[in-house]
Amino acid sequence: MSKIGVFVCHCGENISRTVDCERVARASEQIRGVAFATDYKYMCSDPGQALIKKAIREYELDGVVVSSCSPHMHEKTFRKAVEEAGLNPFLCEMANIREHCSWVHEKEETTTRKAIELVRLMVEKVKRNVALEPIRVNVTKRALVIGGGVGGIQAALDIADGGHEVILVEKDPSVGGHMAQLSETFPTLDCSQCILTPKMVDVGSHPNIKLYTYSEVEKIEGFVGNFKVTIKKKARSVDIDKCTGCGECQLKCPSKKIPSEFDRGLKNRTAIYIPFPQAVPARPVIDREHCIYFTKGKCKACQKVCPAGAIDYEQTDEYVEEEVGGIVVATGFDLYTVGEQGPYPDYRGYGEYGYGEDPDIIDGLQFERLASASGPTGGAILRPSDGKEPKSVVFLKCIGSRHPSKGIEFCSKICCMYTAKHTMLYKHKVHDGTAYVFYMDIRSPGKGYDEFVRRAIEEDGAVYLRGRVSRIYRSGDHLIVKGADTLSGAAVEIEADMVVLATAVMPQPGIEGLFQKLGISYDQYKFANEAHPKLRPVECATAGIFLAGACQGPKDIPETVAQASGAASKVQILFSRDEMLREPVVAKVNENTCIACWYCLEVCPFKAITQKEIRDRKGNLIKRVAEVNPSVCTGCGTCAATCFSNSIDLAGFTDEQIYSEINALMAVGQDLFPEPGKEEGESPDEQAA
Amino acid sequence: MTYAYYPGCSLKGTAIDYHTSAMALAERLGIELKEMEDWVCCGASPIHQRNPALASGVANLLLSLSKGISPQVAVLCAACYHNMKKAEVEMREDGKKRSEVEEISGIAFDPEVRTRHFLDILDKDYGLNALKEKVVKPLSDLRVACYYGCLLSRPPEIAFDDPEQPTIMERLLEAAGAETVSWSHRMECCGASHAVPLTHAVLRLVNDILQSARAAGAEVIACACPLCQANLDMRQAGILTKFGVAHNLPVVYFTQLLGLACGATGKEVMIEKGMVSAAPMLRAKNLL
Repeated sequence: MSKIGVFVCHCGENISRTVDCERVARASEQIRGVAFATDYKYMCSDPGQALIKKAIREYELDGVVVSSCSPHMHEKTFRKAVEEAGLNPFLCEMANIREHCSWVHEKEETTTRKAIELVRLMVEKVKRNVALEPIRVNVTKRALVIGGGVGGIQAALDIADGGHEVILVEKDPSVGGHMAQLSETFPTLDCSQCILTPKMVDVGSHPNIKLYTYSEVEKIEGFVGNFKVTIKKKARSVDIDKCTGCGECQLKCPSKKIPSEFDRGLKNRTAIYIPFPQAVPARPVIDREHCIYFTKGKCKACQKVCPAGAIDYEQTDEYVEEEVGGIVVATGFDLYTVGEQGPYPDYRGYGEYGYGEDPDIIDGLQFERLASASGPTGGAILRPSDGKEPKSVVFLKCIGSRHPSKGIEFCSKICCMYTAKHTMLYKHKVHDGTAYVFYMDIRSPGKGYDEFVRRAIEEDGAVYLRGRVSRIYRSGDHLIVKGADTLSGAAVEIEADMVVLATAVMPQPGIEGLFQKLGISYDQYKFANEAHPKLRPVECATAGIFLAGACQGPKDIPETVAQASGAASKVQILFSRDEMLREPVVAKVNENTCIACWYCLEVCPFKAITQKEIRDRKGNLIKRVAEVNPSVCTGCGTCAATCFSNSIDLAGFTDEQIYSEINALMAVGQDLFPEPGKEEGESPDEQAA
Repeated sequence: MTYAYYPGCSLKGTAIDYHTSAMALAERLGIELKEMEDWVCCGASPIHQRNPALASGVANLLLSLSKGISPQVAVLCAACYHNMKKAEVEMREDGKKRSEVEEISGIAFDPEVRTRHFLDILDKDYGLNALKEKVVKPLSDLRVACYYGCLLSRPPEIAFDDPEQPTIMERLLEAAGAETVSWSHRMECCGASHAVPLTHAVLRLVNDILQSARAAGAEVIACACPLCQANLDMRQAGILTKFGVAHNLPVVYFTQLLGLACGATGKEVMIEKGMVSAAPMLRAKNLL
């Protein structure tokens, strides 16, 4: 016979306003197996918890039902209290009579009845609860950081400074990401390279950081604390240990007309190239698609000129395996392409603006390169078509962003600030020029941000026009920008020398492939999803994987760096113990009945299920069955619901427990609901008996 | 390939050349455009200003006339297409709207029915390759400015090509051997029916369009809307008086040029009908 205690909470007036809590407690006493029931104003408060503990000791309770709010709210609180009284915490359950009852119903007889029903079914469940022990998992104290932009760099440095080894993987030949392309940064106008390159150097030389550039994550197996990662080191065709980075090969390479990715097509590069002078590592790579030797079979100019003998045309892709305990994803963003041949086929471009057709219509990152001292013009603002200084530049904001008919509804967040910065950079270099900005709203929350925008308008004289542009077309030496100024209600036509489009921030094209390998979810735009938008913004739903930067959504540098440090500290919390404890609410396979259909393997969102071979003493294979790795399982129950042979049960939510709850609801001939003042009937269970 | 054909009022009157040339082209291509019986005016631009529900009701009535011919309704006029497609899409996607329109028109909407512009039919159903095979007299050495105006591809919900940067007419005419020019005003408004109450405004708009086409080196403008054609063609005389600019640029329907390429005679496509005749230029190029 069970001895269960029922504790009914008033939640101030939250519950008692519509539910007669005292009656719920009295009715609960009637349920078979309930040894004690009471109600109290605030069960979660100190005296409330003391009341539970006292009752456990006094009545030697072997199960507890707290009838109050959602388990999301206070399950942890009450389980802890129960544990302190010497009972296994998993013998405590919550009957949610607040969100599921008092909050959604009026004050009526049926509301109290429903609360009693909810208590009764939870009592039936608790009768069948068993003591569960937390799962212990070993932790490999090495981290993997994917992406070598400012987010990945910050996370890697923080973890490495914390004394742990870090594997940093970057797909491009150098770390630095988009921040290395920027000229100055808002809201202080300090030079982007000046603040980033020292960090890049640190990453390259830190004793705790192992840097894989020109590499990609190929495969990920395992689980929190115990990931096994396969990294593909793409063939560089250059032995980076022999190479001294002298740059002779770049000078001699005859294939010189390849649009530079780093300069966003505003300058050409050679087929063997170091992406930019401050690259880390400062070692070249051969772009095999454009190399004359690789495409036509002869040339080898770089090999002839290399004093170190570092050129290696025979190099192949190499695969290395690394074991890590935690992963930081910092894969960053790319810009929505407005031309026809964009990498995002689902999103309609802006054909009416002629981007990609007219060289003087550029995007925000291209403007950064124009304004950058290391850029194609050495920092002079010159228009791409003829190298003349533009006397009138029109900046268009929200290109793609906040434009559902172009497929994007979100705000890209950084454009208002960087456009204000662009107008300043332009005006600081072209004093007699005019900068026009077409905007929908100016969104500049942030420390020193709005002041910065005001400065652009009031001190540097940027002309802000509220409205959209309908068309841009060329007329002789000028671009005609046709738009509306919705504040004055007038149609505006501006003769511009150059147009800059603040295009939407999008995730890296094709990044969902990596997210799928990692088993992390993403939204419709392919931005990675966090575990909770407010309270767990750095974690993924998959344990041991953390997010940093714009792979999660548009972010500026300060926010990316803050999140990266957050992710790094989460990794270090994970690494702070040799073993970690996990909730034992996991799935378990009955090996006797498993029919090896592997449906569970397919549906498991966390890749927690594997095939297990059962062999006899001689080593002969008897059968294969599914096996759940309790360290990875999150207890979502998808496998249990899918299992064809009913062979999977979820600890704490077994079929038996669920059916007993349903049976309790379906039971007939019971009257737990005597009207107030009437004689109380016999307990229904006793009647049934 | 049989389509239920809705000509609309213009194509039986001012734009008879559009209708005639389309029929000639369709015949050469083996496309049957079977005219629906008892059709009425689509309501043009006034109707949806006055009573949007009635506009959709008229469209629903017109779409229902396709019964027995084909659920695919072929339309040539940009305004008719716009009215009918808009109503059709709305009715398919919005149940409330649909019952409202069904009530006002007293006709049940058939969700299978599709309003199709003839450009779209040629591009998607017939195909550029099949069209190329039917070309007997390639439009070589003819520089065409394709003009879409504002109505043909907008709003995006009814577009059959990129709503802001369509290329469908260019693709078709290039398949017939023409050279198309890249120009700035292909999507600008011609002023539409403002030609009557606000002639001076329309003269300015049309002048800009013609100037842009000529600057790009066009010898002829191809369009797909009776009103666009009328404005761009008829207003050239007024522009000469008002601005002193003689454009002398023929404005024809794409069906006329494709018809010629596929072997129809100048008479069959009524090439002489325009105020600024395209005939001398085409004759000089041996295309007539």
